Amino acid sequence: MTVDTRPINTREDIKLSNAQIAWRAAQDIADGAYVNLGIGFPEMVARYQPPGRQAVFHTENGILNFGEAPAAGQEDWDLINAGKKAVTLKPGAAFFHHADSFAMVRGGHLDIAILGALQVAQNGDLANWRVGSKGVPAVGGAMDLVHGAKQVSVITEHVTKNGEPKLVEKCTFPLTGVACITRVYTSHAVVDVVGGHFVLREKLAGMTVDELQAMTGAQLHIEGPVGDLVVPEL
Amino acid sequence: MDKTVGSLAEAVSEIHDGATVMIGGFGGSGAPIELIHALIDKRPKNLTVVNNNAGNGRIGIAAMIDAGMVRKMICSFPKSSDPRAFTDKYLAGEIELELVPQGTLAERIRAGGAGIPAFYTPTAYGTELAQGKVIAEFDGRHYVQERWLKADFAIVKAHFGDSYGNLTYNKAARNFNPLMCMAAAKTIVQVSKIVQAGEIDPEHVVTPGIFVDRVVEVENPQQEEELIRAGVAYL
Repeated sequence: MTVDTRPINTREDIKLSNAQIAWRAAQDIADGAYVNLGIGFPEMVARYQPPGRQAVFHTENGILNFGEAPAAGQEDWDLINAGKKAVTLKPGAAFFHHADSFAMVRGGHLDIAILGALQVAQNGDLANWRVGSKGVPAVGGAMDLVHGAKQVSVITEHVTKNGEPKLVEKCTFPLTGVACITRVYTSHAVVDVVGGHFVLREKLAGMTVDELQAMTGAQLHIEGPVGDLVVPEL
Repeated sequence: MDKTVGSLAEAVSEIHDGATVMIGGFGGSGAPIELIHALIDKRPKNLTVVNNNAGNGRIGIAAMIDAGMVRKMICSFPKSSDPRAFTDKYLAGEIELELVPQGTLAERIRAGGAGIPAFYTPTAYGTELAQGKVIAEFDGRHYVQERWLKADFAIVKAHFGDSYGNLTYNKAARNFNPLMCMAAAKTIVQVSKIVQAGEIDPEHVVTPGIFVDRVVEVENPQQEEELIRAGVAYL
């Protein structure tokens, strides 16, 4: 038997941009849903709500129904989001203190939380807060946000910059939460976590299931139809 | 009853060496910059400081750390746009860190103010931040036991305050402040305006005065974010 030592083709040629991954995640947010978007990349999801749908966004420092960033020079530094960026308010906004804010999170009141990831394991374990044990550790609200929302989704590249899988059998980075992720939107696919394994729901039409499997660190199960992952140019 | 005091120096005069001090704010929003700087002028040492973060730039909590006043930080996110003050001391082993998930930090403070010595939360179960903690199963799920957090002093920023210590806040500057008011033996508040008792509609009081001991007026308080962008150093 010969071992295939060729590098895995991670299909960089067809992968979705971050904006396109965020767009795809936004299509699953219902009108009126209460949503928390993690700091950084997940914040992009708010830009791509389908016409006619309006989610209510929660930020853990204590605002419901905040909106876009203000124009430069118009910032009010008492009105910021969890990423400490200035925001604005929409009609129907509310302020509350931190204990109430995390009661909304852990108490099951949010419909969807969307987070970034270093690794997601096939049982839904998430690692997204630190790479190793060096430097200054900082967790923020990451370990709280993975508990309580009805759906806890991840948006991520399918593989790291070095081509290593981010969807894995078992996380090697420190865990953020155990068995907490329900859906993963990647640059190449949409994958659900069901009963301790990954179930492929959608993949880019320009690649085969075998190609996708080769760049995934755990078995992708096929249960029912696999749709084409179709997104607009953005 | 009159909880108002005339100066920032008088407001922080009782904060002593070795005290545990909760400092309100989330980043710069709700951070009592003027009270912190008055505390730096007094220079108590070996403080344990509770805040969501661990200072930014060369002002506020970062300047307290630079001044060698802080022995230990209890916080969730000791990083910022300019985290040098904490990072340098931490990597040199000169400051202790108790890292607490943000929602757990808020609930521990709330519990401290509410007389609840411990509670169970799903947060951090199965992670390194739950190591050594009591785990229990309720209705088929695992939870981590967390303890209350109390302080000798809280210093916070509010918007309006009256002579009874009733407080309102400005927008998202509320964050940890109402919780810290509850959890400290002595709570010291800077407000943008002191108003007469009765001027705050009781329906609008966010922190009832029973949780507040001292109120000092700081008109037009500085914003941490603006000071940092301007490169201001307090020391």
